Amino acid sequence: MRKQHVIPSVWAPPQLSMRWWPVFLRNLLVWRKLALPSLVGNIAEPLMWLVAFGYGLGALVGEVTTGGQQVPYILFLASGSICMSAMNAASFEALYSAFSRMHMQKTWDGIMNAPVRLDDVVMAEMLWASFKALFTVTAILGVMLVLGISHSWKLLLAWPVLWMVGVTFSCIALIFNAMAKGYDFFTYYFTLFLTPMMFLSGIYFPRTQLPDWLQMITDYLPLTAAIELVRPLFLDQWPTHVASNLCLLIGVTVVAFWVALALTRKRFRA
Amino acid sequence: MNYLLNVENLVKSFGSNTVVDDLSFHISPGECLGVIGPNGAGKTTTLRMCLGLTAPDAGSITYFEDLSMPDEALAIKARLGVVAQMDTLDPDFTAEENLLVYGRYFGMKDRDIKSRIATLLEFGALTSKAKAKPGELSGGMKRRLSLARALINQPQMLMLDEPTTGLDPQARHLMWERLQMLMQEGKSILLTTHFMDEAERLCDRLLVIDHGKKIAEGKPRDLIAQHLEPDVVELFGQGALALATEDSPLRQHAARVEISGETAFFYTAQAQPLLMALQAWPHVRSLHRPANLEDLFLKLTGRQIRENA
Repeated sequence: MRKQHVIPSVWAPPQLSMRWWPVFLRNLLVWRKLALPSLVGNIAEPLMWLVAFGYGLGALVGEVTTGGQQVPYILFLASGSICMSAMNAASFEALYSAFSRMHMQKTWDGIMNAPVRLDDVVMAEMLWASFKALFTVTAILGVMLVLGISHSWKLLLAWPVLWMVGVTFSCIALIFNAMAKGYDFFTYYFTLFLTPMMFLSGIYFPRTQLPDWLQMITDYLPLTAAIELVRPLFLDQWPTHVASNLCLLIGVTVVAFWVALALTRKRFRA
Repeated sequence: MNYLLNVENLVKSFGSNTVVDDLSFHISPGECLGVIGPNGAGKTTTLRMCLGLTAPDAGSITYFEDLSMPDEALAIKARLGVVAQMDTLDPDFTAEENLLVYGRYFGMKDRDIKSRIATLLEFGALTSKAKAKPGELSGGMKRRLSLARALINQPQMLMLDEPTTGLDPQARHLMWERLQMLMQEGKSILLTTHFMDEAERLCDRLLVIDHGKKIAEGKPRDLIAQHLEPDVVELFGQGALALATEDSPLRQHAARVEISGETAFFYTAQAQPLLMALQAWPHVRSLHRPANLEDLFLKLTGRQIRENA
């Protein structure tokens, strides 16, 4: 008797369990060994940006109008660049590091010979990359507090939002991870997606400087949504359009995770 | 029908290329089954299907009598130990940490894993390397660490994909010794290999596959007796091939003659008359030996190198 099989679609809903946790722990254990140098790298670069642009360029720019308020340029920049730091930290981890584990070291193959599903591995990588983003922004927030850039208690609320930004960009990065044949592929993602987004989402200058049609497009960028949520908190204000911006981030996250999972399943089926 | 693994009518195609074609086999408790076949025969795809990594087009894979792959993959993997062809050890972890982290994937508690680490390192002859990372270990040590790691969950059955490929003779012998220890403990093993001496030494039963089909199955000695004459005389060196032609006076002493490259293989049930006759050509070099698994393998799968292999 022959039993014919229907192979489930790669687009089948995620099958998740708590087995992602030991995989997350594995990454944490590796990182713990390298945490100190990694911390220095995480803080040093954004700090250089802040000093060079915030103090250097800020002296030329003076104050910037945002949300109907005049604010020092460094505060404007800091509140935007912290979102970029979350984005970058998550992207690097979910691209280069995840690819090393998936493709170069075959760590994922080893894990899947134990009772752990691919779905849980992808989930673990996503949460791990978002944790790295959270860790990075926490360190930068600490430096910003020391520098006295903002002292609003509302920064506490920025913290979970920045984690969410990490989650969103981890999911997007995992799509590219699933499609990559080598590390070079990630250069496209950075040059074609992340760099334009960095310049168009209102980190360095208010989006009102952009032509109307471009402003409309940038309304829908996830990094714009992140900055719209985080910047007012730095200015001790409440963000407007909270629901729509959160929905955008969550929507992009859900779709990106699904696509990333489907493409990763496809990759592992071959 | 008390099978640990029962595979029935397995089929897998990639596009128009049928890689596994109606393959059936089983493993009984305590048995070591060797899967041998040339490159591209479908060994790896078969193993991947058995591990739930590739979905079969048709057929059934049943473990432990009532668990079906891939539907109950997690329940099955909880009771399996796997050593892949390529080491997937974590390069950032010491030998100890590799075992600890791997045990967690099985949902084991740290306390329970730690209580097994010393035994497993000792089993792998790695006690002095507990704090060494894989990069500091030799090829043989890495394979033994992979094997020790596969035993962390006390599996009922082991799946080994070419466990000694790339190892030097000492390391291979140590690996074999460890696998024999496991079999004495009653563990069942499925292994793929390219080495016929390994297959003969370790396996109770062999499955020879080619082009995705089973072409022979049985105990190594039985297979040799069934398919081959007991003795082989190899002739090589100058003039060897001329003695293998149809009208050669040596031909009558052999049941079958094969030529591969510059060597002629005379298969016979009675080697003495052939060796006596051979004395007339003292410059031809010869080797007389019993037929082995390698002869069987080459007879069944051909001596030609496969272009696409």
